[in-house]
Amino acid sequence: MDADRIGRTLARIAHEILERNRGVEDLALVGIRTRGVPLARRLARAIREIQRRDPSTKLGVDPGSSAVDIPTGALDITLYRDDLMRTAVGAQPVIRRTEIPFSIDDKRILLVDDVLYTGRTIRAALDALIEFGRPKAIQLIVLVDRGHRELPIKADYVGKNLPTSVSQSVQVHLTEVDGRDEVEILES
Amino acid sequence: MKKDLLGIDDLTRDEIYLVLDTAEAMREIGQRPIKKVPTLRGKTIVNLFYEPSTRTRTSFEIAEKRLSADTLNIAVATSSVLKGETLADTAMNIEAMAPDMIVLRHASSGAGHLLSRICRSRIINAGDGMHEHPTQALLDAFTIREHKKRIDGLKVTIVGDLMHSRVLRSNVLLLTKLGADVWVSGPPTLVPTGIERLGVRVSPAIDEAVTGADVIMMLRIQQERMHGAFIPSLREYFNIFGMTKARVARAKPEVIIMHPGPMNRGVEIASDVADGPYSVILEQVANGVAVRMAVLYLLAGGADAD
Repeated sequence: MDADRIGRTLARIAHEILERNRGVEDLALVGIRTRGVPLARRLARAIREIQRRDPSTKLGVDPGSSAVDIPTGALDITLYRDDLMRTAVGAQPVIRRTEIPFSIDDKRILLVDDVLYTGRTIRAALDALIEFGRPKAIQLIVLVDRGHRELPIKADYVGKNLPTSVSQSVQVHLTEVDGRDEVEILES
Repeated sequence: MKKDLLGIDDLTRDEIYLVLDTAEAMREIGQRPIKKVPTLRGKTIVNLFYEPSTRTRTSFEIAEKRLSADTLNIAVATSSVLKGETLADTAMNIEAMAPDMIVLRHASSGAGHLLSRICRSRIINAGDGMHEHPTQALLDAFTIREHKKRIDGLKVTIVGDLMHSRVLRSNVLLLTKLGADVWVSGPPTLVPTGIERLGVRVSPAIDEAVTGADVIMMLRIQQERMHGAFIPSLREYFNIFGMTKARVARAKPEVIIMHPGPMNRGVEIASDVADGPYSVILEQVANGVAVRMAVLYLLAGGADAD
């Protein structure tokens, strides 16, 4: 996927979010560190853009109000991983800040990650999120679904289904983190 | 990171920054409605304290619990140590019950190193005699960095009982490693010979030492370790080395005043300074939990293969 394709994919997902949730009421975006965070921010921008162009999408919002910003947070799931402490040698994974500056109680949380693979990251993220409160619902958004699930987890919004073999790896590059937008499959 | 944390001496610059950055992330956990993460589930941590401690022991215990470790505290007053058991024997008996980490406070310098040699468990030094207190120095550095956004190039003045202070030693090692300009001041009887070899500037005149300081760190007069006449009287000590508003005024306008606790009000620090606007003493205590969570997390994984 190139930059243009990533942009159009995110715009499509933004439309799907508005359609499925009938507006933005109670929605909040939470990106999983690292690359889920810029994706969540881009989706928030894309949704605001759609509302600005087409006020009819502002369902559930005061008719007079301008476009509504969806609260956006960042989640680091390292401390919830199921593979911590399993190796006898080697440094611990680096932990970054979790920043969820709003209450998730009774919100519909849109959880965002770049690649869905085994499902273990999402399992950890669900555990982490629940500690912040009791959301009304959690929906999962991924840019790429590469298959090979090891847990019963399924995304609600998928940018692209990318059939891969286990020996391959999928690298998502985003301008905010890597200086360019690209999704590539690497043979190992 | 190595297997144990015995002193700042063991840490590289990068490892110190790794601890501080990890603590930054850990602090957020303390602000959640549920202040707990499952990371150290199933790990057993023994807090073995041979000296009285409120702050450090409580801080370690809260940090351990927030990471979901199983903790137990052994206070010497209620243990077999009173029946004459040696530190090594106590340690080997605890070790036989297979804990994952031992947090040790002991009155003898090097007690952690002894345990490190005979125990498989990871050892964290929570203060050994007059040697080191690494987690205190790390939380001090965390507090300084939070206020000043850097440590490199700051003038840090440490005043008080330099001789008996493990907090001093750990702080000097850490701050000089990160490039701070460290000044120390205290009564000549309490300045260890050769301290300038650690890379600090020694000034017996406190007024000179605090002039232009970004950070002032006060040390406690440790009467329990003073076997001899080091100072004429506590009142005289306060007059000559106590931190007063007038002395604070010589430092930079945005100076921060630190103290590792417990404070002797009216001995090394005036009450109106301890409770004043420049004081970050209670922030140090709050940051201690996050820093100790970071240390526990980083040590709990595999040690570097070396």
